Amino acid sequence: MPEQWINACDTDDIDQDDVIRFDHDGRTFALYRTEDDRFFATDGLCTHEKVHLSGGLVMGNIIECPKHNGRFDFTTGKAKGAPVCVDIATYPVKVEDGRVLIQIA
Amino acid sequence: MLPTMTPTPRDYSLIGRDAALAEANGIAAAEWYSCPIPRKQLKELMKRSDGPALRDTAIWVAALVLSAAGGIHFWGSWWAVPFFLVYGVLYGSSSDSRWHEAGHGTAFKTRWMNDVLYYVASFMILREPTVWRWSHTRHHTDTIIVGRDPEIAVPRPPDVVALLLNIFALKSSLMTLKSLFIHASGRLKPDEATFIPEMERWKVYLVARIYLAIFAAVIVACVWMGSILPAMLVGLPSLYGGFMTIYFGLTQHAGLAEDVLDHRLNTRTIYMNPLFRFLYWNMNYHVEHHMFPMVPYHALPRLHEAIKDDCPEPYPSTIAAYREIIPTILRQVREPAFHVIRRLPDGKTPVPYNHGAIINPAE
Repeated sequence: MPEQWINACDTDDIDQDDVIRFDHDGRTFALYRTEDDRFFATDGLCTHEKVHLSGGLVMGNIIECPKHNGRFDFTTGKAKGAPVCVDIATYPVKVEDGRVLIQIA
Repeated sequence: MLPTMTPTPRDYSLIGRDAALAEANGIAAAEWYSCPIPRKQLKELMKRSDGPALRDTAIWVAALVLSAAGGIHFWGSWWAVPFFLVYGVLYGSSSDSRWHEAGHGTAFKTRWMNDVLYYVASFMILREPTVWRWSHTRHHTDTIIVGRDPEIAVPRPPDVVALLLNIFALKSSLMTLKSLFIHASGRLKPDEATFIPEMERWKVYLVARIYLAIFAAVIVACVWMGSILPAMLVGLPSLYGGFMTIYFGLTQHAGLAEDVLDHRLNTRTIYMNPLFRFLYWNMNYHVEHHMFPMVPYHALPRLHEAIKDDCPEPYPSTIAAYREIIPTILRQVREPAFHVIRRLPDGKTPVPYNHGAIINPAE
């Protein structure tokens, strides 16, 4: 399958140390910007109970779910303890001309 | 003449009729109403720090140590009573809010500090940490949804005798003791199996064995010393000091609506004095906590200010809340369907169900 880079948003649409929701083609994603301006993407819903992570709190490389405080490392997708037990899918991200692009298989 | 229909009692178990009904009606793991609040402001409120909880925990531990020391010093005289009263409330009641806040991971910024406080406070309040972590997770997913929420304190019709016994944590402690033996033997109860994932269950069994070993050690110490003093310090305070747990805890949801997806309708926010707020770690702002559980306890008063115009009038005091709760519970003994309907400010609309939902009653 060819690489499919989706133009998601402006870099300025995401504050530093924050997350936004991005919906595309019936799927929902979470896009992150770290304090040192790195960008990442994961599935948009928590693997625990399908809550949008975009309402959560970014702390360093960690996103905390707004409903049950489950945590993921959004740079690797690794679940960081109860109540999340299942890792979350991550997606490649690149920045071109001030735009954030996400590669969705 | 048409036959009259008698409502069937609700089934509060997590594996019964109302559990299936909640799923069928789309109110299990559903989307809940949230008061509007700008993202920037919410982010500010959600910010973690270690400072407030370190300060409060230092005060709490110092008060525990001093009151225990006083109780030991005056043991055998009536002067020990006030010291054990203070120690008991700190141990058996204020541990509830420490357990709760640390369980959410919001008390401290540093994760291990939350974990240490969580495990210590769980033991003090006589709760099994893994079981209660998962039951409380479900409580937040399905707050007061019958058949889904394992933490409904006052099922209808209310069991008044059980409530009275729990003033000194008697019924709840007996249940916990039974559970400890079941878990120590490597088994879960059927309800628990619905919310504790397979990979977490070994922790339940291990902690149950540790709890029982500690209690056995306390009993041995009592026999060895020929005194109940060791048990007055470890174990019994969960009972004799537990009365404030139920005093605070019942105010959260008792007598309010079941099966609604709007915390403004099934949860109370109450103004409390500074001492109560210290003991209860601001959980009197309970609507706010349920709606935004990521906001740490020390930021809840600010969150309350931010959303109060979209919420029912807070109760002016705990006494005021009980003026509503006690008659409601007593009436629910005869009329289980009766509940308090919270009034929102003019122009604000309750959102008990998601758009388009069709709610079918139990047959």
